[in-house]
Amino acid sequence: MGVNRFSEGIGRYFSAADLEKIRSTRVGIAGAGGLGSNCALNLVRSGFVLFTIVDFDCVEPSNLNRQFYFQDQVGLKKIEALKANLLRINPDLDINALDVRLEEENVRDIFAGCQVIVEALDGAHDKAMISRMFINGDKLLVCVSGIGGWGDSDRIRVRKIKDRFFVVGDMESEVSGTLPPTSPVVSIAAAKQADLVLSHVIGPCIKEKPLAR
Amino acid sequence: MRITVNGKPETVDDGASLLDFIHMKNLEPGKVVIELNLEIVDRKNLGDVLLRENDSLEVVKFVGGG
Repeated sequence: MGVNRFSEGIGRYFSAADLEKIRSTRVGIAGAGGLGSNCALNLVRSGFVLFTIVDFDCVEPSNLNRQFYFQDQVGLKKIEALKANLLRINPDLDINALDVRLEEENVRDIFAGCQVIVEALDGAHDKAMISRMFINGDKLLVCVSGIGGWGDSDRIRVRKIKDRFFVVGDMESEVSGTLPPTSPVVSIAAAKQADLVLSHVIGPCIKEKPLAR
Repeated sequence: MRITVNGKPETVDDGASLLDFIHMKNLEPGKVVIELNLEIVDRKNLGDVLLRENDSLEVVKFVGGG
């Protein structure tokens, strides 16, 4: 087996102790669309290696404006395409990729082994369902609400609801015909989700300012 | 009566239920997560839970897009 150049490179930025924390955290990602695929990309680049990723969709041409997929992957299951793309960044990942629709009945079992849950679903009802299921648990829960359109990107903020429950977004801008999902705003939200996960796992290296509600 | 919603003071009618509050705010029950005094409220019970003076509500509204 060849040298893993990703592992070789990331050692420059994190201590061995922090890397150990990062590598032993399993992150559950609910949805592999604009948020999930881009959050996963950021987490892999941050050194995370254990993932449970759940989605039942296939890659469509209309996804390519913002999701971490390529033209030749149109028609593939998102979980398979995402797994392949993430493994190109770091070949030593343990990805449990599940082609399942998340429901109230299966979500707890599916994410039982995860310390962190990234909510990256499309529908408001599903987002609320995931939140209700995990809001009072011991896992970090990072949700998103309000990422439609473009412009005024500072509206995409982090709201701390509880010690282990955060919501990213502007809380208002529902994706629609007039507020389409765009790569810059969706990527900002996904990157903020990943930053919350990283900060939770190894502690923030920037002093936290009190978060607005 | 006075209650606190997401840390801010608000006034609601005496005898109002959580469901009344949700309708007053034009929210959809299936798209919100509500905690009353730090306890999550089951969606099925929203109409039965009556608000009381000094209650503290945490309301998280979700909109679509992912």
